Parts: sequence; structure tokens; C-alpha cells
Amino acid sequence: MDNKKDTLIELKHVKKVFKDGVTIIEDLNLEIKKGEFVTLLGPSGCGKTTILRMIGGFEKISAGELLLNGKDISNLPPNERPINTVFQKYALFPHLNVYDNIAFGLKIKGADKKTQDEKVKKVLEMVDLEGFEKRSISTLSGGQQQRIAIARAIVNEPEVLLLDESLSALDAKMRKEMQIELKEMHKKLGITFIFVTHDQEEALTMSDKVVVMSDGEIQQIGTPEDIYNEPKNLFVADFIGESNIFKGKMVGKKKVQFDGAVFECVDDYPVDTVIDAVVRPEDVEITEAGKGRIQGEVIACDFKGIFYVTAVKTDRAEIEIHNLKSFKIGEKVGLDLAPDSIHIIPYDTTINHYEGTLESYIVGKGFLVKFEDFELSDVPAARIFANCTEKEEGTSLLDAAGKEISWEGRKVVASFKPEDAKLSDDAEAGFVAGDINSFIFMDNYYHYRVRSESEEEYIVNDEYLWNSGDHVSISVPLEKFQFELS
Amino acid sequence: MKYTFHRKQLAIPYAIFLILFVILPLLVIIFYAFTNDNGQVSFHNFIAFFQSGKTVGTLLYSIVIAVLTTLICLLIAYPTAFLLAKTGMRSGSALLLLFVLPMWINFTLRITALKEILTLIEGNLALHPFANTIICMVYDFLPFMIMPLYNTLTKLDDSYIEAAQDLGAKKSLVFWRVILPLSVPGIVSGVTMVFLPSMTNYVVLDMVYNSTYIMGSLIGSYFSAYDWHNGSVISIILLLIICVITFISNRYAEGEEDSHVNPLKKAEARKG
Repeated sequence: MDNKKDTLIELKHVKKVFKDGVTIIEDLNLEIKKGEFVTLLGPSGCGKTTILRMIGGFEKISAGELLLNGKDISNLPPNERPINTVFQKYALFPHLNVYDNIAFGLKIKGADKKTQDEKVKKVLEMVDLEGFEKRSISTLSGGQQQRIAIARAIVNEPEVLLLDESLSALDAKMRKEMQIELKEMHKKLGITFIFVTHDQEEALTMSDKVVVMSDGEIQQIGTPEDIYNEPKNLFVADFIGESNIFKGKMVGKKKVQFDGAVFECVDDYPVDTVIDAVVRPEDVEITEAGKGRIQGEVIACDFKGIFYVTAVKTDRAEIEIHNLKSFKIGEKVGLDLAPDSIHIIPYDTTINHYEGTLESYIVGKGFLVKFEDFELSDVPAARIFANCTEKEEGTSLLDAAGKEISWEGRKVVASFKPEDAKLSDDAEAGFVAGDINSFIFMDNYYHYRVRSESEEEYIVNDEYLWNSGDHVSISVPLEKFQFELS
Repeated sequence: MKYTFHRKQLAIPYAIFLILFVILPLLVIIFYAFTNDNGQVSFHNFIAFFQSGKTVGTLLYSIVIAVLTTLICLLIAYPTAFLLAKTGMRSGSALLLLFVLPMWINFTLRITALKEILTLIEGNLALHPFANTIICMVYDFLPFMIMPLYNTLTKLDDSYIEAAQDLGAKKSLVFWRVILPLSVPGIVSGVTMVFLPSMTNYVVLDMVYNSTYIMGSLIGSYFSAYDWHNGSVISIILLLIICVITFISNRYAEGEEDSHVNPLKKAEARKG
């Protein structure tokens, strides 16, 4: 158990609903320790900036608790929190010069002129902009403004520094420099940094702890190494770095089968567990044709500066490989994987399970089952109650022993496999419609998450490419549904 | 011969307009202001203006009216524009329309309506000439103050307000230290749009049978008596006042110029 004394910020069951009724965060729990450099990482719209703004006090939490040093601060206005922010576009006051911008917070706290002078000078040294006191903000370059924004925040000696996509406005080279400088500054100051970014490289480079988010939910929390090497689920595997993802199953103790071959691995799961195997492109070994456990043909090879990206087509999949050699297109090669290069994610068996109610029964046809989002009609009674028979005069059902089954209002869980579902752009074609939230390219199909209007999630594997945000309907043949009484 | 079109030629219509209706009349006014009835160059008209207690009195009185009108407009318009621009008022645009709508209605109609209302309240309009003057001017020019303020305040980036709060400023301090200084450009353009017209727009006063004499009334009375010289002198004096005010406000607003634009974007624009 972690030492509670070290905990600085704690979010407990935090919920955030915007004024327009959109729920951006459902139930979030997060703990941040003193002196940590924590990065909230995720695609845009995942709620990371909202979390930062809630900690800063610019957004009220709708439910739950926000604790700082054990005290609930959710009702404190931003000016009373010992927290300072470096805004995405810096928000330096254009009517004040560099000195007055930095001293803004000190003046409000009533620091005397001498203290102001000293502190401003000190932080300007820290951000390498000595002598910039009199400069007007509009004469500064983007990088200099960035530094002044940091100086303006840290001069107040906050307990927590929030950085909202603070490097995104800089060019690539400047960003790399600032990443290193920020990390050093963090060491020097010893305060907690909470950084928000959508750039996974930035997150991995700078942080002690990365919080990967998607869709208002935390997907994984861990050190950069953990997140990269041991992604907990497909989203993390796909979002962090490049990856080849294969569908497969366990065939023995630490033995896994995918793409037509059996590999040794380091993760141990029961035999026959359906899994996704994640392999980083830099971990694939290219051997001579005939050697290695997978055979394939090079279909592309591009130079990327430090390495080559080679795509190899095998019988069942397309594999991306990063290494230092170049290959000719059409060349036959063998591929091999070391046991520790295969990361195994057991298949999530809880997806696509929906609870509904038995509404009515039509003799000779079946049940009408109502779910939150959709309804299924003509579900044969035998699919729900094993060995049942219809009473001769209709409406009531008898079980195997001949007793009447009281089915009215009973709850039933329906589920289907992602591969049995199909997407269609005709909203009426399927049993439910929604928007594609995200998708991942698997070795030979796409893995989609579809969100319905009532925020229910549907997972579909489809061979055709759709885009995030597409409005689609999902159809699953009735016989592919599994029903279970709950 | 092949005809080629230059972009510069787009300026021709306006150039003609400018010469015919701005530069030529200006020259005529200057000519009349500096000549006497015999067509000789003379500064007598100016000297006479400043020697006569009546004309200087009118000038001072007009300035008082203009200052008061501008101040009252500002005091009414700023909070209104602020509410419209910065609070989450859904009906913001509808409300704004309500304030700006008068600008689209013919002013004779508006002033006639106002006259009736004032008569209803005061009985005899002649009893409060000064108050009525101010009421009419404020009523007439308020939208011209709200619009620029509203524009400046809507463009003011919320992140400045958040940054000030973040640095420890209470709501009142956020206003005095950040919002107000950043809305100076809007205040300046609102003031210039209200101050001068309220010194000269005597038609409004005539319409409410108001005997108050302002600079515009002076010009009007001289011109209607075919006294081109003295009328022109006053026009020149007003022109000078405009120049001085514009100069001062430009100097003041120079540092604030497009202050609502985030300087980061400016830096980017410069780079690109």
C-alpha cells in the first residue's frame, strides 16, 4: 500500500457533466503524489484537459471529491488554490511587460518591491531570459513566451504546476529542448508537475508517471516503461508507439499461437484463452527466407532517417518492422519473435454484454426483449429458457419438468462477438446506431468502438475501413446473439 | 492594344469620391475660413470666434455636453456589453440585437418617439433643456458605444481572465488589472464615435424644440444666414478638435493595438 502521507492530490469518483448535458467524465479516480511529474496522455476529447481544469479550479466537478493534502478543495475558486497553470497559449497579459507579467501574482499577494525584484530576477535566470524585464510581450518569440509563462507560474512557488499542452505551439526542435528543460526544472523545484499532452513521445520522455486516458476513462497508469512494454489493453498498445496486434490463443504453458505459428512467450495464461498479442515493430527479427517461424514477402520499405520501416505480408497479416537494414520489394523473408518481445493481452470477455427485460411473448414466434438502446423481437423461447415448451393454449411456457415459467419482467443479458457484427452507414439497417469512437487496425481487420447516443459501447470487428466520428448502425444476425438469464 | 487590369485601379471609384466630396469641400471650407467678404486672406474670423463670449461659451457648453454624454454612454454601455459578451447568456445575440436595433431605425422616428415620451413625463419640454439634451444624445448614441465595446470584449480571450485568477486575483482585481486595460481599444473607439457627434448633432435638439445651443447649431445658424466665413471657421475648429482627440486616443491605444489578439498568434504570423 502506498504511503498516504505522500499523496498530494486525490480525485475520488469525480464526474463531470458540461452545461450542455454531455458527460465527459463518468467516474474517475486518480492519486498524485508529492513531487511527481505526472502526464495525462490521450487523444483530443478524452477529458485530460478537463481534469487539469478541474484541478486548477476553472471547471467545477459535478460529483465526487477533489482533495489536496487531504482537504476537499472542489469549492475553492482558482485564486485560492496553491496551484499555478501554464496555459496552452500561455495567456501572457499583452498590456504588461515581462516584469509585470511575472510579478502579477506577487503583487496581488502584497509582496514588497524588493522581494518582487529579487524573485522576478531569479525566475528569469531559471528560464534563461535574464535582462528581459522591460520587454513587451509582443516582441517575444513563441519559445520565449513559453518560458515567461513558466516563470510567471513558478514565481508564486505553487505546490502544483499544471501544464496544459504547453509545448504544442513550439516547433519540433524547440519542443525537444523544452522537454529536457522542464524535466530539469522539475528536479530543481521539487514540486508536483501535472502535464497534459496528446503527444505520446513527450509523455514518455518527461514523466515519472503516465496516465493514459481515452473517452473520459483512465486506461492505464504506470511508468513510461510499463506503459510502453506492458500495455494493459488494445487501446494503450495502439496509442503508445507503433504496434502489430495479432488475434490468437494460448496453446500451452507460456506458448501462444497467432499468424499461423506457435511462439514462446513470457506471459502465462490458461490454455485456450483468446488473446491479443502485441509486438513492437522494432522487436521483429527479419531472417533469411525459410528460417524464422513466419514467412512473408516484403511489400514496402521506407527510409525514416534513423531506421527503415519495412512491411511484410504473411499468409494472414501485414507486419510492420523497424530495423536498420533495407529490403527490396518482393523479397522473400522469414520473421521471428523472441519470447520477451511478445506482450499478451487476454481478450476482454465482458464486451458487448447488454442487459434487457423480457417484455412480451408471442406464441409461435418468441420474446420481445427490450434493452436500453434497442430491442430484439422474435427471440425463440428456447434460446433463453433451455428445454422449455409452450403450453398448448399459448402465452405461458413450461420448463423441462412441466412447471410454468414466470418470465414477465425477467432480466436477460444478450451478448455477441465483435466478429459477428457488421457496420453499415444506413442508420436503419442494424439493430442499433452510434458514432465510431475509435478504431485500431488489427492484422487483417479493424477493431471499432461504437458509441450509441445513450453512451453504451459496442465493439465491432469489421474488415472495411470507417472513420472516427462516422455515424453507423450495427447489425448482428439474431442467431449470433447469446442469451443468459441474469 | 491589350488592356491589362491592375489591382490599383480598384481604388479609382473611391479616389474620385474622395476628391469630389471630401477634399474639394475641405478646400472650400479652408478658403472661406481664411478670407473675408472681400476675398482677402484674413485671420479675423478666428480672432472673432475666440473674442466673442457667446461663441466660446457655446464651445465650452458643447464640450460639457459631449463629455457628459460620453461618460453616461460608457457607464451604461460597458456593463451591458460585458454582460452580453462575457456571461453565458444564451440569449446574448438576441439581447444585443435589441440594443443595436435602434441603429437601424431612422433617427427622426426615434427622436420623435422620444419627444413624445419626454413630453408625457415632463409636461413641458422647455423646463429641462439641459437634462433633455443629455437624454436625447445618450439615447441617440448609446448603440455606437455598445458595439465597439461588445466587439472588443467578445474577442478578449478567456484565458487571460483565467490566468489572472490562477495567479491569485479575486474577481474585482481580475476586472481592474486585466479586463479593463484590455478593453481600452473598445473604449477608445466608442468614445470617438460618441464624443464628436454629440458636440454637433443639433438636429436632434431642434427636433425636440430644445433651445440648447451647441457647436452644430452655431454652424447651422451661420450657414442658414449665408455667413460662409464664420460657419467655416467653426467647422475648422471642430476638425482640429477631432484631430487632437484622434491623435491622443491613437497614442493611448498604440500599445493596446489588437491587444485582444493573443501575441502568440502574432508571433506565429510573423514567422510565417
